[in-house]
This record gives sequence, C-alpha cells and structure tokens, in this order.
Amino acid sequence: MTDSARLLKQHSFVELGARQRARALLDEGSFRELIDPFARITSPWLAKQGVVPQADDGVVVAKGSIGGQPVVICAIEGAFQGGSMGEVGGAKMAGALELAADDNRNGIPTAAVLLLETGGVRLQEANLGLAAIAEIHAAIVDLRRYQPVIGVVAGSVGCFGGMSIAAGLCSYLVVTREARLGLNGPQVIEQEAGIEEYDSRDRPFIWSLTGGEQRFASGLADAYVADDIKAIQQQVEDLLHKGKPEQERSGQYALFLQRLAELDTSTQIDPAAVRSLYQGEQP
Amino acid sequence: METLSFEFPAGQPPVGRALVGCVGSGDLEVLLEPGLPGKLTIQVLTSVNGSSARWQHLFERMFDGQTPPALSIDIHDFGATPGVVRLRLEQGFEEIGHD
Amino acid sequence: MKGNSTRGLNWFNALSAGAAEVVGLPTSIKAADGQLGDQPARFLAVVADPENRFPRAQTGEVGLLEGWGLAKAVDAAIELDQQNSNKRALIAIIDVPSQAYGRREEALGIHQALAGAVDAYARARLAGHPVIGLLVGKAMSGAFLAHGYQANRLIALRDPGVMVHAMGKASAARVTLRSVEELEKLAASIAPMAYDIDSYAGLGLLWETLSVGQIEQPSAADIAAVQECLIAAVKDVQGSGHGLSSRLGAHNRAASSKVRELLRAQW
Repeated sequence: MTDSARLLKQHSFVELGARQRARALLDEGSFRELIDPFARITSPWLAKQGVVPQADDGVVVAKGSIGGQPVVICAIEGAFQGGSMGEVGGAKMAGALELAADDNRNGIPTAAVLLLETGGVRLQEANLGLAAIAEIHAAIVDLRRYQPVIGVVAGSVGCFGGMSIAAGLCSYLVVTREARLGLNGPQVIEQEAGIEEYDSRDRPFIWSLTGGEQRFASGLADAYVADDIKAIQQQVEDLLHKGKPEQERSGQYALFLQRLAELDTSTQIDPAAVRSLYQGEQP
Repeated sequence: METLSFEFPAGQPPVGRALVGCVGSGDLEVLLEPGLPGKLTIQVLTSVNGSSARWQHLFERMFDGQTPPALSIDIHDFGATPGVVRLRLEQGFEEIGHD
Repeated sequence: MKGNSTRGLNWFNALSAGAAEVVGLPTSIKAADGQLGDQPARFLAVVADPENRFPRAQTGEVGLLEGWGLAKAVDAAIELDQQNSNKRALIAIIDVPSQAYGRREEALGIHQALAGAVDAYARARLAGHPVIGLLVGKAMSGAFLAHGYQANRLIALRDPGVMVHAMGKASAARVTLRSVEELEKLAASIAPMAYDIDSYAGLGLLWETLSVGQIEQPSAADIAAVQECLIAAVKDVQGSGHGLSSRLGAHNRAASSKVRELLRAQW
C-alpha cells in the first residue's frame, strides 16, 4: 500500500475532539455523558480573569462499555486552555474515578480510560487545579486495585505536569508517535536550568527524549499504536481484557533505583542510553 | 472579554439541541437549544472587546431572507473570524435538523 | 542565590529525636521510626544533598532518586505493618522548593519517579496508615504532589515562608503572559492564585494551621505544640475513612463538591 493510500484508510484519532474520542472508544450506542455541556458547570474562576470559559470546562466524562465491560471515560479537550486542569474539570475526573471505585466495592466492575491531553495545572486556578490533581492521583490508585485504569496519550498536546504523574499511575499507558510525555514543559526547563541543559526550540531533541516512541522503547509506556481510531480502540479493549497488571510500573521502585544506580551521571544523557538502561535484562 | 445579547424573529423551536466547536484559539463553541416560539436569542461571550457591531452584522446577514428556528444560542468565542463563526452556526443548525 | 532551606531537616531532626533512622535510602531522603505519644510513627523528609549524583537535584528538589526513594521508604513501612492492626503513622515533613528540572530528569522519566512516591503514599493511606503532611516550608507543584499531597490531613505552620503553589511566580507570570505585578494583583482577589498560607487555608485543604515561635530551628515548646497537633490529627484520621473527602466543603471550593453531587446523581 502506498503512503497516501494508507493515510486514506487510516482514521486519525488525534484529530478528534475530546467528546468524539470518548464516543469512538465506547461500544456503539453506549455513550452517555455526565454533566454534559448543557448543564453549564463552567469554571468559577476564568471569567473573573477575563478568560472565556468552555461549557464542559474541557473535560468530558462519559459512561458506557468497551467490549461489553462497563467503563467510564474521562477525556481532556487539549484545544481548550491547553488541556489545563481547573477546579471543575479536575473534579469531574476525580469524582468519576471515585464513583468507579465505589461501583467496584458494590460489585459492579467499572474500569476507567483516561484520554490525557494536558499541560497540567491551569495556572488561573493554580492551587485548586493542583488539589484536584492530587485527588485524581488518589482515585487512580484506589480504582486500580479493582480494575485497570488505562491512560491514553494520543497527541497533539501531550501529557505534562501533575497529569504526567497520573499517567505514571495508570495500570497501562498507551501512546502514539504524536504523543509526548514528561513532567516539565520544555520552556520551563530551559528557563529553570538554562539552554545548555534543555533547548526548548530544538524539537527533534525534545521528541527524541519525551516522544511516544522513545517512552515505549524505554519501558515507560505499555503500548505504542498508530494514530488510528480502530487501532487505539482495539488496544484499549485488549488491555481491559488483560485485567490488572501483575505489578504497576509506579510500584517498581526497587528496579528503577537499581537502574539509576548503574547510570554514569558525569556525562549528559541521550535517548539510546535511556533505552539500554531501562530495557536491560529484568532481574 | 464582554457579554453581548441579540434577538431575532424566528419560527418554531426545534426538538433537539446541539453543540459544535470548542473554545480554542480562533474558534468558538456554540450551544443551540430550543427557544420560545417566534424568538431567536443569542448570548455571546467573547474574548474580543468592542465587537458588538460585527456580531450584529454577521447575524443579520445570516438570517437575511429566511426565518430561523426559535433557538436559545450560547456562544463562547475565542477570537474566531466571521468565516469560522458562520461555519459553526451552519453546522449547529444542520445538527438540530434545520438550516 | 539564597542558601538551601534547612527547615525540613531541622523539623525532621526535632520530631524524630532519638528515633531509629531507616537505612538504604538516597542521602536526600530522611526517614526514621519514632513515636508520637504512644503512636508509632515514621517521619519522612526530603532534604538538600549537595553531593547528589543528579546535579539538578542538589538543593532539595524532588527528582528521580527522591521520588523512587520516597516510594521505597513508604512502601517499607507498609510491609513492616502488614500484619499489625495499629499501622504506624506516616508524617511527611514538607519543605520542597520544586521538582527537579533537567535533561536527565525528563529523559529518565521523573514523572514516573514521582508517580512512585504518590503510589506508595496513597497505598499506605488505603492500607490504614494515618498519613499526615506537615508544611514547614515551601510545598511546590510536583514536589508537593509527590511528598505530602496524598496525606489524610494537612497541617501548615503559619509563616510567610510556608507556601503552596503550582508554579513559582516568575514562571507562572511568563506562562500566563502577565507581569509578576499583575499576577500578584490577581492573586490578591482570586484565592486559588495566591501564594500565602491563609488564602490556601481558605480553600479548605488544610486540617489545621498553627503558629510557632522559631520555625527555622524549633524550640522545645514549638516541638511540643506540633507533636500535640500531629497526635490529634492521627486520632482524627483513625476515627474516619481512608479517602481525601475531608478536603471538600469550603466555600471557595464549592464547585468541587457540586460536581461530585451531580456526578453521583447522574451516575
């Protein structure tokens, strides 16, 4: 197949908005949105600062099923305020995960899928965004005791700040080539550490360290898929079927501390060094 | 940022409601819901100040020579061009089954 | 540059006086098993290590070793108490200026290291360990998420040097395209934007605030007052659930409760 033929056959997931993404992953006809935009629960803080709010505050919460299993999807709209987490959007995600955990304690096996396109805390709601993210973390760790919590970073915003920690807490993490994943945004690192340390305008350099392909190749993501609706849907369904992992990545401090102890930190690091350090033989 | 209100004569309210667009750079979000018979009301919250006349003209041109459905429309605008506004509104009308 | 903060270390030493230090941790992670009244407690702090192998984490930042090191220190407490019904309290002494910003950090997945710390603290809480966060200095952004923000109860000392925020002022101004002056003006009227501890308390996220005489180098009276408060917090936790719901309810955080109510109704 030629490249253009493949492109025509492929249906981009990255190009979809948050609501369309949630709909695309759920079994046909099962999508039901909670606190939809017509409920108009918008940010109480943005308008006070002269920033136009969005009716859903940039987070779509939908219940439904995937391959017959009950799931709740929380999808972040990356196009609104860079996918930043404010009080309302953060509470939507935290609250949905809390209710999914309650479901499991009541015998309903609800799992969760998080579609992460976010720069992290919305700075106009600073401490309430940060507080909400702490609650999202708490809820992921609670729910994941019962059912998988699957994170998907498709692109194009990527996943940063406190929400990259949320990605790190997920039972499984799915990335595409368009994904980037990291704690700190390039500009902030350059500002704090200098251009020698991190050149925020050197895009190939940044992608080589934090892009989806590299994260998967160094074992910091569980699946690497094409930007294709069907491929991503199938991958999420497969991981749901797999059930909980034996051990979550975030519980593997012994392995990571051991690997970090082996690293020579007298020289600067490159992508290949990360891959070989993290993908060496498992003890 | 400013809030603007507009009202136009209209026909009957539709059954459904629709949401199109997103409050992204150069884009807008439009929420369309059934309104009172005979009335089309539009609330615009926009990041661009002093744009009231521009919106008025845009709506007048759009509804010129036709009777729009009775709707209550909410717009959250993040600096969309008139072309994008028109496109989104047309999408919205199509989704609720009128044009 | 200002010298490294030693508040965290000083409070750690004061509260864990006579306690057995946990060995096998990175130098920047302090952990010790002591007592709070008759309640066993593990005290935890992140401190500056000028010799840190990771140069971007030498002044008290939470970096790769610190995230995974906290995970190890906390997880070890869960293991030790697996068979005990009276789980030791975990006291996170919080004086963390920021997460570490660097090339190695991003490349090696600092987000995953911080997730390791969050994971351990959250699991400890769910396992029934009372987890208390004691803010004695800065509690910034990712560093606070990794060290303290999973606590059942948060206690802050009243002092201008105690502050919680998502980003330092200079960076926050740049990202939101404002001047530092504009940012400070906004922070005065928008509670979640503020850096001071009273505004933060107004969000309902703190269980208690208290004043001490010498925050940098606590006196015997300061230590006694804080111990008393920690003991009360542990008791409060033991009489309630393992979640974070006690943080909800403040007027300035009404939307967080409203959203949960609506979700529950529509679930």
